[in-house]
Amino acid sequence: MRVPPLALAFLTALFLSTDKALSHGFAGKRFFPATLSTDDPFVADELSLPTVSSIVTPDEGGTRDTELSVEIAKRITPDFGIEAGETFLVLHPHGERSVSGFGNLELGAKYEFFENDEHESILSLGLGAEVGGTGSKRVGADTFSTWTPALFFGKGLGDLPQSVSLLRPLAVTGVIGVAIPASASTRTSSINEETGETELDIERHPSVLQYGFAVEYSLIYLQEQVKNIGLRKPLDHVIPLVEFSLETPLNRGQRGQTTGTINPGVIWSGKYFQLGAEAVIPINSLAGSNVGFIAQLHFYLDDLFPKSVGRPLFGRRY
Amino acid sequence: MKRLHFIFLVLLFSVAVTTTAEAHAFLDHANPAVGSKVHGSPAEVKVWFSEKLEAAFSKLQVFNEAGQEVDNRNQRLDPGNAALLIVSLPPLRPGIYKVVWHVVSVDTHTTQGSFKFEVIP
Repeated sequence: MRVPPLALAFLTALFLSTDKALSHGFAGKRFFPATLSTDDPFVADELSLPTVSSIVTPDEGGTRDTELSVEIAKRITPDFGIEAGETFLVLHPHGERSVSGFGNLELGAKYEFFENDEHESILSLGLGAEVGGTGSKRVGADTFSTWTPALFFGKGLGDLPQSVSLLRPLAVTGVIGVAIPASASTRTSSINEETGETELDIERHPSVLQYGFAVEYSLIYLQEQVKNIGLRKPLDHVIPLVEFSLETPLNRGQRGQTTGTINPGVIWSGKYFQLGAEAVIPINSLAGSNVGFIAQLHFYLDDLFPKSVGRPLFGRRY
Repeated sequence: MKRLHFIFLVLLFSVAVTTTAEAHAFLDHANPAVGSKVHGSPAEVKVWFSEKLEAAFSKLQVFNEAGQEVDNRNQRLDPGNAALLIVSLPPLRPGIYKVVWHVVSVDTHTTQGSFKFEVIP
């Protein structure tokens, strides 16, 4: 049986030398968990399977939007990684039958260009791509692609003075980017059944400023670095947080109509995976008036498979 | 060809999952405890981690408020517990001391941290 050369090279790459592995989600003493509603700044080997969310949106008189997604991230080098994700949507408009299908495939790449361990800081640049036409039109998947360059940041407050030591477990991560559609508008023609005339519907696709951040208080950091307050397992690995996920169209007739959600919740981080759950609260009537939820099971592939798929394909870092 | 790809994927997955899985070493608890006040000078600092450590790449140090290292520089893993790192101390004067650790778990992941404790009369 001949093994394809490319596969052989890939297998070999997985078993490169056992150099010390830098960890995912760490800047100095600070462990940053993977956040649910906003993307964190880290390049890592990780798998979110699944992420489940559900909320009633204001569309069509109120549509229950339920999504089940999977996302995998892989380090190519210690500082550069790629991601891929897919979502299965079930949309149930009020008073109508539900429709379901896959959304467009989402791809991404991220590069960590700055890290300061002493100040628990990190900066990354990323580029996301929603590949148009790969999803189902039934659930509104766009036929055009959308590109999203973004800047990611993370900052732990472990360098605060001793006088405010109880604030040191705080950290902030965030992202700001612009979603740029490859198509400015979509034109759909239809026949008016009453008049027989052809009608043209033009849907404009604005560029959208997407931004968000997470404020988290790490009980892991509190117990490890500040003060042991006697928390026992599993509470000693809990990270309460609040995420803010916002977007503002920039042009094409929708400028300034900001929507988004505020998501308070909690993450529990274990040895090989983390569990997270948040409420999803719309910030205004444009975003909706119903509270939803998001929950996630997230695997740390670098801890599960440190000598194979959980390490960078190339390069080493001490 | 499809069977070949299937066999390849099964092989790849099997190798991946049979790899011994450890994880990042987090500080589990310490003596003196993190942020604690202790009466009298402790004879040693003991730090228990969540994972077994690589002794050669792990470090445990104690510094005084002036930033001077004050431990006996004899850190070691407990012979019966590879997740317990110990360093002995000379008699310490009352004051605040900082324990600094930098460890490598057996799966080669590095973690680091520090905490303070206070010696009171």
